[in-house]
Amino acid sequence: MSKQLFLGDEAIAQGAIDGGLSGVYAYPGTPSTEIMEYVQGSKQAAELGIHRQWSANEKTAMEAALGMSYAGKRSLVCFKHVGMNVAADSFVNAAVTGVNGGVVVVSADDPSMHSSQNEQDSRFYAKFAMIPILEPSNQQEAYDMMYTAFELSERVNTPVMLRITTRMAHSRSGVERKPTKPQRGVSLPDDPRQFVLLPAIARRNYRKLLAMQDVMVDASEHSPFNTYTDGPKHNMGIIATGIAHNYLMENYPNGCPHPVLKISQYPIPRKQVEQIYAACDSVLILEEGAPVIEELIRGYMNNGKPVHGRLDGTLPRDGELNPNLVARALGIERPEGQPIPDVVKMRPPSLCQGCGHRDVYEALNIALEPYGTGRVFADIGCYTLGALPPFNAINSCVDMGASITMAKGASDAGLTPAVAVIGDSTFTHSGMTGLLDAVNEGSSITVIISDNSTTGMTGGQQSSATGRIIDICKGIGVDPEHIKVITPLKKNLDENVRTIAEELKHNGVSVIIPQRECIQTASRKAKAAAK
Amino acid sequence: MKNDIVLAGVGGQGILSIAAAIGHAAVSSNLNIKQAEVHGMSQRGGDVQSHLRISDRPIASDLVPAGGADMIISVEPMEALRYLPMLSPEGWVVTSTTPFVNIPDYPPVEDVLAELRRLKRCVAIDADAIAKEAGSARASNIVMLGAASTFIDIPFERIEDGIRALFGRKGNEVVEMNLKALRAGREHSEKMR
Ligand SMILES: Cc1ncc(C[n+]2csc(CCOP(=O)(O)OP(=O)(O)O)c2C)c(N)n1
Ligand code: SF4
Repeated sequence: MSKQLFLGDEAIAQGAIDGGLSGVYAYPGTPSTEIMEYVQGSKQAAELGIHRQWSANEKTAMEAALGMSYAGKRSLVCFKHVGMNVAADSFVNAAVTGVNGGVVVVSADDPSMHSSQNEQDSRFYAKFAMIPILEPSNQQEAYDMMYTAFELSERVNTPVMLRITTRMAHSRSGVERKPTKPQRGVSLPDDPRQFVLLPAIARRNYRKLLAMQDVMVDASEHSPFNTYTDGPKHNMGIIATGIAHNYLMENYPNGCPHPVLKISQYPIPRKQVEQIYAACDSVLILEEGAPVIEELIRGYMNNGKPVHGRLDGTLPRDGELNPNLVARALGIERPEGQPIPDVVKMRPPSLCQGCGHRDVYEALNIALEPYGTGRVFADIGCYTLGALPPFNAINSCVDMGASITMAKGASDAGLTPAVAVIGDSTFTHSGMTGLLDAVNEGSSITVIISDNSTTGMTGGQQSSATGRIIDICKGIGVDPEHIKVITPLKKNLDENVRTIAEELKHNGVSVIIPQRECIQTASRKAKAAAK
Repeated sequence: MKNDIVLAGVGGQGILSIAAAIGHAAVSSNLNIKQAEVHGMSQRGGDVQSHLRISDRPIASDLVPAGGADMIISVEPMEALRYLPMLSPEGWVVTSTTPFVNIPDYPPVEDVLAELRRLKRCVAIDADAIAKEAGSARASNIVMLGAASTFIDIPFERIEDGIRALFGRKGNEVVEMNLKALRAGREHSEKMR
């Protein structure tokens, strides 16, 4: 087969389809979103009857994937790194239940926080759960890893993490495909109690997981993705993981003069690590994200051979790597570009002209004037851009769902009125349970669910409860008298200010639902319909 | 052969279409390619960039090394300047002169063009005007691709094929219009070199 140009995300999606996938479960999040979108757009996936609907959040995705595994089939879970936090409960326990059909969890990290709240390194989670990690360095490897990852998962009887970063996910290159493997049929686990984590069973399972660690290390030591390449200069050995290996080789187009251990499968391959450590006077560690391997090799006492990397300042402690940072770490000089001229101004993203969130903030700012600023707890989505001028309208953005619960806590502390601003997709992702807390206590908060009928921030994916937000609020127990639906349009400004102002006065839970479709999603739909 | 290119513009201006057309041309010429894009925010209006690397040898890094780009292709003049740290001392800037003003503190256009004139190697063309002349104001990104094509070591016919592949689904008329824009951009750039 000839090569096709694939984004890293697309290579993973195609690798999964060709690897015998039966279902993908995901919640959108940059830079992981295109994996699900590729499977959704794939004719082949449609013909194969592969499940490919978005889940309400990352935890429900992880659990559904585990259910598919229980039933004997191969499943894929995809989310961005912070989604890992949401899925953590099921993720960690899935390592204890083990799998029946293979399970692969793609967690897409975002070092340098191009579009994220933090730059946490997902490898910590896999280490915590004691499962293998695959970390590709290019699109072909991403495809090849995904193609065989289900078998690895079935062999070691745990989920396998495929860890990627922004550059891997969103970089395109040629990929050669392999023949598609058949899906597995429905089959129950051999042991009917494997997935019942009662303490007695969990203890037995956990000991199995511990015993499996040696098998995982052995798999890493024999993995084609981990390679040891000798070099003449033994004053320093280099351990490079995933995409960091590319930046190393960029600086040595004719081959690296130092011994290099490329690690793309974890747990780290003990034999090869011992080999490079023994052969060299010092070790340089290049890894994208946190100094995970560096901490391991260096040890708390740091009393072995010199270990260089992010912890001793050879590389920056934060942010993503690039060829120039790695060159500096290697003592290689590169030509420098010119500085950015002073005329160049920042051009930050902003809410689209005509976006309904704009009208919501305009009205909210006016309605809040009598109370003063500092009481608006927002959430994650396009509407987070309300933090920027001209609105300067929000005071927090922490994690999905935190708007309602933080407003509740602030109100409990006496800061009233307290306002939450949350999007429709974020509300169904993890805002509903917080609203229940507030209803149960009659907290004095005003919740604005800015409903644009889509998951706008990540490109307009279907939002789980479009058309049902009002019913959900009623079902949770919000007094219908205090559920107000408004239309965020310029011409309605006065009326909307009045409605918000009224509810701010209410001593209890109010929900205001501004409803108007995202203009980007609407125009995409119109274009698709015209075709 | 090696072309390291930084593509620049504002979200919604179509730099990914430029990348896709070159990508197609590179693949059909049996060259290696890596293209790093920045996705994420769906809102329009922020600055966007993409790194495109083409070579007859294997390519290691997805990112062009700073100070190593052979060319900056920009569909907006101020955005061209934003990536000067990426440009190699011998590199070319190929940019449109039409400003995209969506921020309150956009500098006087004359100041931006003056900075461009100070560059040793710069092709600055009025892509919007050329695109309109060629039949569609929306094809200014393709005009810029045409202008840049004289610096890309891929036969021009392959790039034309890239346009056909990119717009084929939209019908013959759209393809022809974009080919016209492509050729017009190339002609203007040849005159300016
Ligand atoms: C746990 C977690 N999952 C996913 C994301 C990525 N993400 C950021 S905003 C967003 C969607 C927001 O949609 P919505 O609440 O409807 O607001 P909109 O962008 O449409 O205004 C997503 C999926 C995230 N930041 N955190
Ligand atoms: S993408 Fe949609 S929700 Fe986001 S800013 Fe634009 S119009 Fe608003």
